[in-house]
Amino acid sequence: MTARTAIGLVAALAALAILAAAPFFLGAYGVGLLIGLSGYVTLASAWALFSGPTRYVSLATVAFFGIGAYTMAVLSETLPYPLVLAVAALIGLAVALVVGLSTLRLAGVYFVIFTFGLAELVRQLVTWYEVNVTGTLGRYIFMSFGPETIYWQLLALAALTLGLSWWIGRSRLGLALRIIGDDEVVASHCGINIARVKLALFALSAVIMTLVGAIQAPRWTYIEPGIVFNPTVSFLTLIMALLGGANRLWGPVLGAVPLFLLFEWLSANFPNHYSIILGLLFIAIVFVLPKGVLDFVEKAWGRGSSRARNKPDEAGLGELEAGR
Amino acid sequence: MTIFGGRVRLSALGLIAGALTLGAAAHAGAQDRDSVKIGYAVSKTGANAGGAAITTIPNYQLWLDDVKKNGGLELPDGSKLPVEVIEYDDRSSAEEVVRAVERLATQDEVDFILPPWGTGFNLAVAPLFDRYGYPQLAVSSVTDKAPEFVKRWKRSFWFLGGGADYTDALADVLKTEIEAGTINDKVAMVSVADGFGIDLVTAARESFADAGIEVVYDKTYPVGTTDYSPMINEASSSGADTFVAFSYPPDTFALTQQAQIADYNPKVLYLGVGTGFPVYGKNNGENAEGIMSLGGIDPNNEQNQVYRKRHEDLTGQGPDYWGSVITYASLQMLQEAIKRVGLDREGVAEELASGTFETVLGETKLEDNQLRKLWWVGQWQNGVFAGLAPADRPGASKPVLPRKPWQKQ
Amino acid sequence: MTLINVLIAGLVLGGTYALVAMGLTLQYGIARIMNLAYGETIIAAAFAAYLLQGALGVNPLLGMLLVLPGGFVFGYIVYGLMMRPLVARSQDRGNLEIDSILATFGLLFVIQGVMLVIFGSNYMSYSFLNVPVTILGANVAANRLLAFVLALTIGLTLYLLLTRTRWGTALRAVAVAPQNAPLVGIDVNRTARFAFALGGALAAAGGVVISMYQTFTATSGVVFTMKALIVVIMGGVGNLLGALSAGLILGLVETGVASYIDPGLTLAATYAIFLAILLWRPQGLFGGAGR
Repeated sequence: MTARTAIGLVAALAALAILAAAPFFLGAYGVGLLIGLSGYVTLASAWALFSGPTRYVSLATVAFFGIGAYTMAVLSETLPYPLVLAVAALIGLAVALVVGLSTLRLAGVYFVIFTFGLAELVRQLVTWYEVNVTGTLGRYIFMSFGPETIYWQLLALAALTLGLSWWIGRSRLGLALRIIGDDEVVASHCGINIARVKLALFALSAVIMTLVGAIQAPRWTYIEPGIVFNPTVSFLTLIMALLGGANRLWGPVLGAVPLFLLFEWLSANFPNHYSIILGLLFIAIVFVLPKGVLDFVEKAWGRGSSRARNKPDEAGLGELEAGR
Repeated sequence: MTIFGGRVRLSALGLIAGALTLGAAAHAGAQDRDSVKIGYAVSKTGANAGGAAITTIPNYQLWLDDVKKNGGLELPDGSKLPVEVIEYDDRSSAEEVVRAVERLATQDEVDFILPPWGTGFNLAVAPLFDRYGYPQLAVSSVTDKAPEFVKRWKRSFWFLGGGADYTDALADVLKTEIEAGTINDKVAMVSVADGFGIDLVTAARESFADAGIEVVYDKTYPVGTTDYSPMINEASSSGADTFVAFSYPPDTFALTQQAQIADYNPKVLYLGVGTGFPVYGKNNGENAEGIMSLGGIDPNNEQNQVYRKRHEDLTGQGPDYWGSVITYASLQMLQEAIKRVGLDREGVAEELASGTFETVLGETKLEDNQLRKLWWVGQWQNGVFAGLAPADRPGASKPVLPRKPWQKQ
Repeated sequence: MTLINVLIAGLVLGGTYALVAMGLTLQYGIARIMNLAYGETIIAAAFAAYLLQGALGVNPLLGMLLVLPGGFVFGYIVYGLMMRPLVARSQDRGNLEIDSILATFGLLFVIQGVMLVIFGSNYMSYSFLNVPVTILGANVAANRLLAFVLALTIGLTLYLLLTRTRWGTALRAVAVAPQNAPLVGIDVNRTARFAFALGGALAAAGGVVISMYQTFTATSGVVFTMKALIVVIMGGVGNLLGALSAGLILGLVETGVASYIDPGLTLAATYAIFLAILLWRPQGLFGGAGR
């Protein structure tokens, strides 16, 4: 571990501690904001975990998010809470494996549309099942703990996701992923089992998304498919990750935080012109920050950091080839 | 796994934090202030915007305009305070509506919060209204569980009844007609696969069974269905004299059109939300006559007519015949309760629960925090959507059945 | 419901899907712009028809003469102002795809927001040509039949233009190999811009027809975008006849499932068949671009 990473680690832990203590100083609204923030930071980071290096643009976020929320709604009365989370994660994993095995050979826009279709399919099937088998549609979640607890869980999950993402970025798995993203032919020549690597990452990212849904669900008391399978979640996650830069560890965070706060500010101050301003900002972002906030910031701050960023790639590639 | 291990300790801390926020939310006195803050979060965009735009938002505007013209909200000492309005768009997202209400309660520290649109969203914010001590006048939510919710959340008020209320009343109307020999005892039924449709269809199965009415076709379709010809054709060949649809506005409009195309003329045609929209009467003209649905009004209630006129003048659109007038009446009750007991939320909630109010609905009193004097079944008659049931309620119209076949336009 | 009734109802429903999808297949297949604001163009046209009909009493069919060129001009301007710079700066198709998804996502909000400010979020509905037409014993709404006929006419006309004319060959060349097209003297920018604008005009046509029988709100555009996208992908990107056939197939599937299995599963069936086709033939039922 170099001095730089050590400093980074200490800084990250300090930030985490401050964030964890934040509810004691903020009111309920502040905690609400933090819940939304940590939720989207986690979703966007989990999204980027898979989509960043592979360049597979997924709109299935809400499929997993919704599965998590629904599992919580169905099982919260019958099983102890930690067990419900575990079951949710398992269901998310199972769905991700089935989906991953059948679809990861699709590329480009086909994958985009497929994942969108998947989210809708899951929603329709859950609805159909509830209507025809259980005979009810809305479900209630009554939990004894408050929003702070939800926030701490999300914060822990966010930290875990970033940690995983950092670790993968430095491991052989991350390297393999980057090669796949650059060129699949080269990757297979390097002896990388493309399908297995992609599947592992897809499943990992899906499980995290499922957990976000499961943890957030108790906040809404009432759950129905229309509420938890809201496609906006997928779109926002994608936009946040892309805005920040899906290929960087901190990219999704830097996309999610300002965008989330911006949405909040806009909807509070311009409730009637929210959509127009939001849309114009979006277009502006595409033209002004085409490669994401992080890239823009790095360019603006000089070239030192970008050189440092390129190095591990080259070094890593040599290492991998030497290893084969 | 650290997430789970740390949770127990953390939740103890959470309890303390929650207690602190509760203390902070204790309200200030009514003195020394120059305005009353009223806030609301409602779906201005997204999937729920259509419903909110007809039942909720225009009535908030109308009422706030009334208050303004009145010189402000009147307090017990006769003084008047102007209203400062804070509105948020919840973008039809449950997480947003929860956060917006938290913001209204703890950040903006508003005096009263008006409820969002929809059953699901009212339930989503109910724990927050309860925690911060705000009375919740939930109008646009149909739920059979209202008595339970009232126990759980003491300051919640439910204004639109439950599914079984509507379907029991409908079964009664049908039973009378069956006994009179107007229609046979068979019903074809479709419902939208969403909270509202499923609640009602589940209740309807029971109501019809109790009334000895046979359901010969019973299907559910997903939200967003655009083609209703298969369902209309099946219903048409089912031999039922009665067609019932627990539908949403786009479905209601499309079902009406498709029934005309297929020349399907059930003797009783009962459709869901949207039937009571003014645009429905306008688009269908003569053909709307005899169609039944939820809600209705007393066509001879003059106050209601004045309300409808003012609603149209101010917002440019007429109110619907179901939830709109109830929304407005709930706001009148709030206004009157403030006039009687001031800005103390606890007192206002008690007054709402126990007081009797003169509203656009006539004399209004809640029973167990619920409005029970409602029109459960209505029918288009002479260009007005008139209330039929409960038949013994003053102002009830008589059902006109069977409805006439479609006229060619 | 007899088989023939199901077939006719399904085809007529599919006509709407096909009509809506053909514009998108031109925009995505030829101009290479993944236009997420496509549905908003449809809704804007629907509002225009609604206004013309309601306020000025203009028959929506006549109104189409006005709305259609409007859609073309709008597409032309949007491509010139927003898409052209993105195309110019993108090195590969993947970049352009992501850029255009982001930019048109913004455009989606702008159009939607403008419509919300002007019209509010209320349900809009009027009825026009809602009269039964009897075909082989089945009653079909004239307005839906109109969508079907229009889809067939536009689809076949454009197909002939694309395959039989010099201009059509240029369009196809741009779709297949935008890098090489300039070598044979094709102005890629102008051709793509034209294709995008044409897609806008088709969206407008779809919007006018749909407004006659479907309830819409300012925020319902995304539903149309997604339906159109499914049809486009199923038919093969840029393939007009593919979009036409895929639209009809989708209509048949939905009506068949609603009649013989359960109306509750129509949308699930749509997505299931779509996903199945994607897995079985990722290039779409009818393969490659520009045909």
